[in-house]
Amino acid sequence: MSLPAVRFFHRGRVVAVEGASPTRSVLNWLREDARCTGSKEGCNEGDCGACTVVVAELAEHADAVGTTSARATVVGGLSLRTVNSCIQFLPTLHGKALLTVEDLQAIAQGMAVADPGVGTLHPVQQALVDCHGSQCGFCTPGFAMSLAACYERHCEAGSQPTRAELADELSGNLCRCTGYRPILDAGERMFTLPPKRLDTAPIVAALRSLQGQQPGDATAEPAAGFHTPRTLAALAALVESRPQARLLAGSTDIGLWVNKQFRALGEIVYLGDVDELKRIEWQGDTLRIGAGAPLEDAWRALVGVAPALAEVWRRFASLPVRNAGTMGGNVANGSPIGDSAPVLLALDAALLLRRGAQQRRLPLADFYVDYMKNRLAPGEFIEAIELPRPAASTQVRAYKLSKRFDCDISAVCAGLALTLDGETVVQARFAFGGMAAIVKRAAAAEAAVVGQPWTEATVQAAMAALATDYAPLTDMRASAGYRLRASQNLLMRLWLETRPVAPLPTSQTNVWAAA
Amino acid sequence: MAGVPDARCHSPTHPRGPTLHLAAAPPRRPWHEQEQETPVNKQADAFLVDSSTQPPSEQTAPEAGRARPHESAHLHVAGAAPYIDDLPELVGTLHAALGLSPVAHGVLKAIDVERLKALPGVVAVLTAADIPGPNDCGPIVHDEPILATGHVHYLGQPVFAVIATDRERARRAAAQAKAVLSIDPLPPVLSALEAHAKRQYVLPDMHLVRESAPGALHAALAAAPHRLQGTLSVGGQEQFYLEGQISYACPTENAGLKVHCSTQHPSEMQHLVAHALGWRSNQVQVECRRMGGGFGGKESQSAVFACVASVAAVKLQRPVKLRVDRDDDFLVTGRRHGFEYAWEVGCDDAGRVLAAEVTMVSNAGWSADLSGPVMTRALCHFDNAYWLPEVAMHGHSARTNTQSNTAFRGFGGPQGAIAIEVILDSVARRLGLDPLAVRRANFYGTTSNNVTPYGQQVDDNVIAPLVDTLAASSDYAARRAAVAAYNAASPVLKKGLALTPVKFGISFNVAHFNQAGALVHIYTDGSVLVNHGGTEMGQGLNTKVAQVVAHELGIAFERVRVSATDTHKVANTSATAASTGSDLNGKAAQDAARQLRERLAALAASMHGGMPEAVRFADDRVHVNGANLDFDALVAQAYAARVQLWSDGFYATPGLHWNRETLQGRPFYYFAYGAAVAEVVVDTLSGEHRLLRADLLHDVGRSLNPAVDIGQVEGAFIQGMGWLTSEELVWHPKTGLLMTHAPSTYKIPTANDCPPVFRTALFENNDNVEDSIHRSKAVGEPPLLLPFSVFLAIRDAVSAVGGHRVDPPLRAPATPEAVLDAIDAVRAAR
Repeated sequence: MSLPAVRFFHRGRVVAVEGASPTRSVLNWLREDARCTGSKEGCNEGDCGACTVVVAELAEHADAVGTTSARATVVGGLSLRTVNSCIQFLPTLHGKALLTVEDLQAIAQGMAVADPGVGTLHPVQQALVDCHGSQCGFCTPGFAMSLAACYERHCEAGSQPTRAELADELSGNLCRCTGYRPILDAGERMFTLPPKRLDTAPIVAALRSLQGQQPGDATAEPAAGFHTPRTLAALAALVESRPQARLLAGSTDIGLWVNKQFRALGEIVYLGDVDELKRIEWQGDTLRIGAGAPLEDAWRALVGVAPALAEVWRRFASLPVRNAGTMGGNVANGSPIGDSAPVLLALDAALLLRRGAQQRRLPLADFYVDYMKNRLAPGEFIEAIELPRPAASTQVRAYKLSKRFDCDISAVCAGLALTLDGETVVQARFAFGGMAAIVKRAAAAEAAVVGQPWTEATVQAAMAALATDYAPLTDMRASAGYRLRASQNLLMRLWLETRPVAPLPTSQTNVWAAA
Repeated sequence: MAGVPDARCHSPTHPRGPTLHLAAAPPRRPWHEQEQETPVNKQADAFLVDSSTQPPSEQTAPEAGRARPHESAHLHVAGAAPYIDDLPELVGTLHAALGLSPVAHGVLKAIDVERLKALPGVVAVLTAADIPGPNDCGPIVHDEPILATGHVHYLGQPVFAVIATDRERARRAAAQAKAVLSIDPLPPVLSALEAHAKRQYVLPDMHLVRESAPGALHAALAAAPHRLQGTLSVGGQEQFYLEGQISYACPTENAGLKVHCSTQHPSEMQHLVAHALGWRSNQVQVECRRMGGGFGGKESQSAVFACVASVAAVKLQRPVKLRVDRDDDFLVTGRRHGFEYAWEVGCDDAGRVLAAEVTMVSNAGWSADLSGPVMTRALCHFDNAYWLPEVAMHGHSARTNTQSNTAFRGFGGPQGAIAIEVILDSVARRLGLDPLAVRRANFYGTTSNNVTPYGQQVDDNVIAPLVDTLAASSDYAARRAAVAAYNAASPVLKKGLALTPVKFGISFNVAHFNQAGALVHIYTDGSVLVNHGGTEMGQGLNTKVAQVVAHELGIAFERVRVSATDTHKVANTSATAASTGSDLNGKAAQDAARQLRERLAALAASMHGGMPEAVRFADDRVHVNGANLDFDALVAQAYAARVQLWSDGFYATPGLHWNRETLQGRPFYYFAYGAAVAEVVVDTLSGEHRLLRADLLHDVGRSLNPAVDIGQVEGAFIQGMGWLTSEELVWHPKTGLLMTHAPSTYKIPTANDCPPVFRTALFENNDNVEDSIHRSKAVGEPPLLLPFSVFLAIRDAVSAVGGHRVDPPLRAPATPEAVLDAIDAVRAAR
């Protein structure tokens, strides 16, 4: 093996792609090289879902996460996750399996490869046909793959999704024709048809054989300039020795740098094969979220800490983006409109940073310096996000405002934690995204409530103080005026929900909870 | 599980049965009698079509009226339905990308072509000077160069094209536009109102005035018991077809060219490509099997892509593909026109409009494109379902330095009609009446008060019974009371409810566009191929046309295959637009199939006796004078007897006339009707809203395919809701850059925006009074107006903040910010 090669399972066999550019997208490889044109390019930025595919990896890697959350994706020894193939780089598939719409009829017909469009359809496909779930058909392969992943997970678990859960499963798929009702119908109907399941055994065997080909190798380079360390120590050593190298996790932002801005990435260190980095675990009263844990898993864990975060979890990007993207990546990226940071700030999170063998802890509140600038030293990276278990007297809320419920970037995102002693505020952490060049806490508003009785007058004072905490910008998501007014009103919403006397249930304060 | 039928599994029992359900067992009661079910947005099992007892139609074949899946559905779900970028590429294919103006307005001084040519993979660079024929792709007015020359008029205007060995290299080179273009900037005009103030238009003003006597309008306004005025702002809308613009041009022999183009208008592409090349039309073949959505965006505006790919292909004598990135698609092409309105009405105590005057200013963008016809349709839909005794409408198509706005499903109709709906909503609030009562008071009559401002008599008016049916089935009155009770007890969240009607005129406003052709071939094995001039963009046109042909010949649907739209087959076609696809092409295909049936009947009668008119075709068999032949056998006999087994068909819609100067005539063959009830909940702290329930009732005449039609109604509703709620276009106020240029920033609805209770039904018992194809009605555009109900329900909820005493100044789209602005204004005024 002289040349590096990206090896992965595709349509019944292991393929070896030599000489691939490290930033060649999975979608372009599929369409242009493999001539599998079922997956479509609709936006080239991971927002429309026409390119949705399933990436499968051995469950033991996903299992390394150590919480039950990752097992939610496990089917027959494999972890199945939908991703947007337009923003995934081909070398990230190394050692994994790629399932596309072309595979669905093969699954239905019990073959390694079947002729798409001919013969028996997969239950997902048949249900879409029966329910009139396609019109122009361009988005349909992506919907089929999102539904197929949902189908396998639920069949494995013996469960069925509710209609609302189905809509969440499809948060990353845009359809411009149908209005979605028939697609949701199909999502229900697919479970009523004679089942056809993915036979994972050949894939598991192929992936094991691929694993065996790199015995003891802590790092590999499936494409030139594309490093895939497998251990935390190997990663730390690589990053320390190559401080200029670009760290790549889910590529949900970096993919756009390539596709839209034509930026050259240089040397790439891919984090996705470091199992230790994906771990989510309690260490005493500290929840440690590995920086490489998929956003979906990390948010599931956060919701375990504070159930009120569930809405922001559902609304954070889309399921395929949460499957690919990582919470460490979202924090490190440092966008002022990322939704992790305000929530983590409210939860008093700290970052575990690593450089070589050295670790240090830094409160997240001290991490951001300026727009897209942070306190990471050269050669240093985020190893984990740590947060304390909130006190029983602490109430946590997260509010997201955007033009659309699903998969929209926040105009404002608030992470709010309030600790009361009787009717007195003893602690407050109010953090806002979208209000400044960095996500940060509202010091003046917090000061206005701490030590005060939690009354309408107090919250009015905090609302007024918010105007001194932030001077937001006007952009295409919202005006500065709206951002400020709405942020102030979100403090009012917090008060209404947490006031000592007659607090309102969310069904009376939040349209997404109202009936 | 809501019963959703696999139509293919059910053998048809009635030809054109008295009732036709989409849903399978258990037996259904009429939908409006069903109990309240668990609130989910499943298809209300529910819609009935054609429940009147009809005599069996002359043919017993069941196809017309049958709910069956899209003819390509099994391919869509497998990723096996090829779009143009999926076609195998010919050896030697090159790829083009467009270099776009980085400024909104300026004088183009120079293009550093040499610098571009030196970039990796670049084979050629095209500028305006390389276009052999006229540099013009304007569909009506010739004000639109293919590649900019002299001036640039908007940020995103194509200035040059790079042709490279692969798409990536072409894109990378084209992205150097800012570095290679020398442009002296001029101040841009970025808003319609600014252009209007400067009297800067792409076309002359339009005025449509109907007065009972000269001066009667203003007299009526002055004398009216109540006089109101206001303004309204409604944003534009991106088509967001999932498949972006693409053309693939391949040189053929003897100075010929075949262009695969994702377009709703192959003939226009053929003409414009030939024009750009300085060729005759017969040298250019344009083909389109299917589009991944069009919605109007691929009517005129596929032209720049077709022309550039074609010029490059001919110049280089290589196949050239031009597929634009989504961001470029947003930056280059236009969309639905945003409108600004100023209005004044006078009404009586019942809210009856006595006189109305409205000024509409559309944002046309930098060139005329289809802005004239769009404004015409807007003026012809301001009346919507209402009799306006004295009315004056003034239309201005403002010229701005933005993308040239174009067709989008509804084509100005929605922009015209939403104004009167907002006005009547305001009238109701002023008078303290229920808006539905005010609407009913203003409905067109059936025997009087039934002439539109443009002089067409409304003689198929079903709006009153349709609205009555919906008001009852949706429990409008009880829910109105429930909403009021909820609001009285809810400090933060407020609910709103609205019922809005639709009347939409069907036909192209230009009479001569209302024609179509088709070819039907019967092969000697009895299989059938149909070709017609319409294009398939997901709306199910090919499915319906195949059903019409199968119905006419009494054969199974599966025998009929529809082939790609191809200018070498049917010539001089009209755009698939204005909802007319099935009306025109269905009739043309029926004409062709009927001729074949008549030839076969004559042969059968000559062989077996009896009259040819008595021969019946059904169930793949031919019944003649007591004998019962296999269709295939008769076809084989016909071939042997030298009977022509293929035929052309043609259709021209009768009775249309239109005077562009006076804006009078009969532009529409008939009207389609509908109504919707929406219930929303609004957060008065954040301005967010959620649609809780929608009930739709829509008139499609006698449906050709209820499944397809329901899909059109629901899809249009959600799409129109996006226009009025979440889909906001924002241009940078200084540079003119469209900042919402991709799905990351431009938000069309998703699955979670589909309301939890969504009940859609087709209006029963309603034949089209005109002789349309099987008495069906067009369905593409009209239901896009149904979500006015959502916008007005939001307005109703906002109004609740002020005790319904203050008219909310709500603009569209009703984003959280727009809603909060309106709430704050109501709070300030109460």
